[in-house]
Order: sequence, then C-alpha cells, then structure tokens
Amino acid sequence: MRGALASGRRLGTLAGLFGLCVLLWALTPHFLTVANLLNVLEQTAINAVIAAGMTFVIVSGGIDLSVGSLVAVAGVVLAAALHRSMPIAVALAASLGVGVGFGLLNGVAITWGRLPPFIATLGMMSIARGCALLFTEGRPVSGFDPAFRSVATAKLAAIPAPVFVTVGVYLLAHFVLSATRFGRYVYSMGGNEEATRLSGVNVRLHKTLVYGVSGLASAVAAVLLTARLNSAQPIAGIMYELDAIAATVIGGTSLMGGEGGLGGTIIGALIMGVLRNGLNLLGVSSFVQQIVIGLVIVVAVLIDTMLKSRKT
Amino acid sequence: MATPSPSVPLLQMQRISKQFPGVRALDDVSFDLERGEVHVLLGENGAGKSTLMKILSGACGRDAGEILIDGRAVALQSPRDAQALGISTIYQEFNLVPHLSAAANIFLGREPLHGAGVINRRTLLAGAGALLRGLGTRIDPAARVGDLSVAEQQMVEVAKALSIDARILIMDEPTSALTESEIDELFAAIARLTARGVAVIYISHRMEELARVGRRATVMRDGRTVATRALPCPIPELVRLMANRDIAHHFPPPTRTRGVPILQIERLSRPPKLHDVSFTLHRGEILGVAGLLGAGRTELARAIFGADQPDGGCVRLEGRPLRLRAPSDAIRAGIGLVPEDRKRHGFVPGQSVAANLALPQLRRLCRGGVIDRARERSLARRWIDELRIKTAGPSARVLTLSGGNQQKVVLGKWLAAGADVLIVDEPTRGIDVAAKMEIYQLLDRLAGRGAGILMISSELPEVLGMSDRILVMHQGRLQAVLDAREATQERVLHAALGLAS
Repeated sequence: MRGALASGRRLGTLAGLFGLCVLLWALTPHFLTVANLLNVLEQTAINAVIAAGMTFVIVSGGIDLSVGSLVAVAGVVLAAALHRSMPIAVALAASLGVGVGFGLLNGVAITWGRLPPFIATLGMMSIARGCALLFTEGRPVSGFDPAFRSVATAKLAAIPAPVFVTVGVYLLAHFVLSATRFGRYVYSMGGNEEATRLSGVNVRLHKTLVYGVSGLASAVAAVLLTARLNSAQPIAGIMYELDAIAATVIGGTSLMGGEGGLGGTIIGALIMGVLRNGLNLLGVSSFVQQIVIGLVIVVAVLIDTMLKSRKT
Repeated sequence: MATPSPSVPLLQMQRISKQFPGVRALDDVSFDLERGEVHVLLGENGAGKSTLMKILSGACGRDAGEILIDGRAVALQSPRDAQALGISTIYQEFNLVPHLSAAANIFLGREPLHGAGVINRRTLLAGAGALLRGLGTRIDPAARVGDLSVAEQQMVEVAKALSIDARILIMDEPTSALTESEIDELFAAIARLTARGVAVIYISHRMEELARVGRRATVMRDGRTVATRALPCPIPELVRLMANRDIAHHFPPPTRTRGVPILQIERLSRPPKLHDVSFTLHRGEILGVAGLLGAGRTELARAIFGADQPDGGCVRLEGRPLRLRAPSDAIRAGIGLVPEDRKRHGFVPGQSVAANLALPQLRRLCRGGVIDRARERSLARRWIDELRIKTAGPSARVLTLSGGNQQKVVLGKWLAAGADVLIVDEPTRGIDVAAKMEIYQLLDRLAGRGAGILMISSELPEVLGMSDRILVMHQGRLQAVLDAREATQERVLHAALGLAS
C-alpha cells in the first residue's frame, strides 16, 4: 500500500546489504561462516530494537535523541529490581514502565508543551542520564540470576535469544505501523499534521504515544543489554541515538516524516552491523571505522535523495 | 542598442514540443507576445500551459522548437538565462521566505548596500514601501512575510516581480487569492507596466476578469494551441474552446429544496477577527458567505468546526448546543470542513487516495484498532466512482492527482463520513472549468439529499450562482443577509465594503 516507490527503495537498500556481504565474503574467509553471521545478528539486535521505536518517531515527523539515556535508566531500574529479589516479571515490567514513562514525558513536552522534538528529547537525554547516575550513585549494578540472563544467553537451534526478541519486536512493530489505526495516524501526522488534525484525529494524544513507543523500544533494548553484559551501567547507551537514527535513515525513512517503514529499518540496522563486523574482521582500526560508517550514512541518503529527485 | 522593428513581436515561441514519460505535454505549440500586451493563456489543468511557461522561464528544457526575442533566436536553458533576458515569473505557489520581512523578500539577492556587504536598511525599506504602495496596499515593508495573509503575501510576490526590470512577466493565477478591490489594484499596476512596454502572459481560470485585463487570449487543450481570440470574446465561446464541449450554463440548475433548520450560530465571537455572528443554516440549503479578504469568513468556518476556540457564542446542531473543543467534536456531530488552503490543510499528499478518504472515519473502519483493508478499499472505490475522481486507483498517492481531483478527495472525505453540515472554504480555487462544474453539481446534489452547506467564496459569480441565501461579512461582522434572487454583484460588494444598504 505504501506504493511502488517505497518498495523500490527498499529493494535498493536490500541490494546494498547484499552487495556489502558479497564484498566481505570476497575479502575475508571469516565473514561467511554460520558462527560469524549469528554473531552479527546478535550484535545488531540492540540497535535494531531501538531503531524500531525510532522509526515510529521519524515517520511521525519527529526525532528522539533521548533513547541512549533511556536505555541506561531502564537498565539500572531493571538491575535494582532484580537485586531486590523481585520476580523477573515484575522487574521487567518496572523497566519497561520506566522506559514508556520517560518516553511519554517526551511526548507531553512536545505536544502540550509545544517544544520542538529535537529540544525536548535533547533535554531528556541529559535528564534521564542524570537520573540513572543519581539512582546508582554512578556505579554499575552487576551479577544476575541465570534465569534472567537467559534472555541474552539462551539459544534455540544455535540461534541466540536476542535474535528471536528482535524478530518478535519487528513483527509486532510492523503490524502496528502498517495495519492499525494508530500506525495510520503516525504516517498521516508525519505527512501533514494540520490536515490530520482537521480530519478529527487527536494529534496530541497519538504523537505523545509515539514517544512512548520509542521509550518502550529503548527499555526492551536495555533488557537485552543488561542480560548480555550481566551488568547495568548508568553510562550505557551513549551515542545509541545516532546509530538508531542512522539505521532508520539508511533504511529509507524520510527525516521529513510521512514515509518509510520497519522493513527498511531492519535492513539499515543490518547494514550497520555487517559493516562494523566486516571492518573488525579486516582489522580496520576503530578510528577508520568511524569514518567509513559516517560515509555510508551520507552516501545512503545521498543516493536516496538522487533517486527521489529523478522521479519527480 | 538598435531598436528592433516594431513589426517583430517581442517574443515568439515556435513549434515547441515536450515529451514527458508517457505524456506528450506539448505538441508543436507556437505562441507570440507583442510589446505592451497582456496575452491571456487559457486551458484546463493539464492542457500544457504550465509546461509552456516553465520552458519560457528556463525551469524546464524543450525537446524541439525555437524561442525568439526581438526576432532573434535565444538560448534559453536555465532560470538564469531567463532572468538575463528579462523574463520574470510569479508562480501560483509563493516563493517567499516566511521569516524575512516583506522588503527583504522583495529585494532578495539584490539588496541595496552601504558597501562592504552591509545592507542599506533605509533604502531597502523605502524601495519596498514605494513598490507596495504603488500596488495600492498598506503592507508594512518591515512586516514578517509569515505574519501576512495569503492576499498580502501575493502582493509581496507581485511587488517582487515588479522590482526586477522585467520585459516579459508571467503571472500564474495572480488573482486567485485576491479580493475584488485588490484585483482592481493589481490590474491598475499591470496597466502601468504595459504602458511602459512590458508584456504580460496571464494565466487564469477566472473567466470574468479576462476581458478586463487582456488584449488577446490563446486557448490550449491537450498540449496544443487551439485558437487565439481578440478580447473581449464571449465567455461561452472560450469555455467551449477549452473544454471542446458546450457548457450551457455556468452553474447547474438547483435540484434542492430548503428544509428545517440544521445549524444555528448564535453570537459567535473570536476577537479580533470575529464579532457577534448569528445565522441559521437549513437542510437542503447552500448558504453563500461573501466578503473581502480578512472579513472573518475563514475564521468563522474554523470556529464552527472547532479548529479554533471561539471566545463567546454558541453553535447549535438541530437545536442541541455543541461543545466544540477540537475538530473531532464537530466531526462526531456531523460537520465537515473543506479548508481554504487545500495543500496545507486538506489532505496528506504522500498518502493514498484510500487512506485520505478513510482518515476522518478510520475508527469505523477498524476492528480492535486494526484497519479493515477490504472495507477501506471498497469505501475508496465507491467514492472514486461516485465523485469521478481521476486516479490510477485507490492506492495512488494524492500528490499525483490534479488540483480538481485533489479537491474531490477532500470533499469525498466528508461525504464518506456522512457529514450533515459541510463547510466549504473557496471550494473551486485553482481548479479547471470542467472540475468546477462537477464540484458545483456535487454540492447541489449533496444539499438535495438534505445536507446544509456553508459555502465561502471570493468569486462573486460563484456565490451568486450557487447560493440560496448569501451572508456578507465585513470586518468580522455579519453585514447583510441577501436572498439570492434579489442579490446582485453590486449589492454584495456594497455590503462587503461595509456600506449601509
């Protein structure tokens, strides 16, 4: 329903991912092994989950810079709850609740407070980080029950659990964005907010919910990260917002809002993951890696812009 | 510089052709323009007027044909070339920077300087002020363009074009946002320009004004020039040339009858734009709302629709007072709004026809929050057929449709939602003649089914031709209520100008 243009663009991104894989396969024998590919998927999981929430925000015409800090605050709440011997389900609920709550606060500041999303979430980036540091007095909270850690460590048919979590998140998020009324409103608000309001849609409410979704995605990522590291760090998640925005934008979601989708974002996240992994295998220094990843982001959007301007 | 022989036209476009993927936009088109002439270019949307003008302004290349100025072939490949040749265009969509002042916009790129790049603010403001006053407006040259009304922004656009020493001025629907008095002022300004030998190519859908401004009219249809006529020329003949079919009357004969009151407005106020407005709209009635720009007509519409909160007064639907805190309250009560600024407020351009038609009633098309795609699609099909919306299908994006068809989508939203009261604000602005007729017939049919329609329009013939009664507003107040049978252009204008009857 999003039209031939959107699916054509997604095919292009997919071709980019495929080309990148072929290139790495040619360059290093270590890339195309089952163990390594599973490793890539596992390492992509956290960014992919955050980027799923970011896709909602960007399609709605906004931006969320606070996701990295929300990962930290949701992580330390989770850890504290587990350390107080709360049932895992309660600890998870507390963590997800904190993520959603901070996200909704972003939304309220943007809709009722009429702040630009960039400013509201920039403020929240600092506020949430401060909360995480204050709550833990700046120290990591480590060591959890193996039952909880199985979220990250369990495997089914050699496939790590975070991969299943990511797939589940994407299936659910894709369903919500493409099939539900809420998802339709996300596209409409991003495409023309005033026309949407004049069609009787409660724009404030739905926009606020969009940031709640992003907070929820950050909290899910926090659960995966805490379980994998066996530790929750108040300084976790720094710069995660940029990776999530990059994955979304590489995936073809327009920063202007109204266009894009999760199919593109997952490919975008995989491109980032494969690129990092491949550069590591090739022994490229982390300094050079930053340059390469930056170039990929710019070139991906450049190609997208060029394709779009040729079509109109 | 040698003065060219006066027998040679200022501009000749010869045998121009242009192919777009799948469409032959221009097919062997020739067009010429004399010095000091206003040459009207007529045609339905898609007839090729815009493409021809884009070629002349260098915005678009040509596949074949020659352009001659003063009888000499010129290379015209870019907007820079066009500017160097003295060709200037005022587009229908404004090209203004909303955050800058009117003066800064008028002289953008040509700012008067003290030297060393410092802008001479005094000269800038004085020059802009003189240009704006010359147009007969009282716009403060220091005012931010974003704070100006649509009509005032249009005037800034005109002033900007006049400030460039243009020999050929292309005006695309320059009067579509202007009131009668502003149009008079614009025409006076055009007359001063033509007296200096400037030639104007004038594109408009407002047939009534053509003879007042133009010397000749060329009609385009399907990418060809059909005929050139000296003006004045009978409107039915021009319309026939454009549409290639006779449109016997400008307006359909009404098929409706007035019923019981449906919407009662009591002392509605929202200072400073709306003061103490009361009236009653009946079922089966088209109530026209006339007035100059800034008379408070759009503010009235938005207040009734809940888009802006009124400070006082009451809206009653079938006797029940409504609490209107947001558009959703009005929509639930069965009120729909087709807004004045279609592109900014009417539809979501990147979304499909089906999604736009479904937007106000998505709740009804959902089960447990999930959209029933089959129902959405069949709803879209039904209204595409009913309104004869020309589209590749329900999933085509609205931005790919012509203006008239976009407007039908906006109307369709409210018809599909089953609105009992429809407020249409400038329903036919920028729409070609054939689509206008269809919209008129649609509004009549809708009223015939028992809906009440409030029709705001700046086109007097439209108000007179379509309405049963006419509300005339002046400075936020209701100045007069006229029965359409006894209303004339003079009487409506008289009231709109705030003169006692």
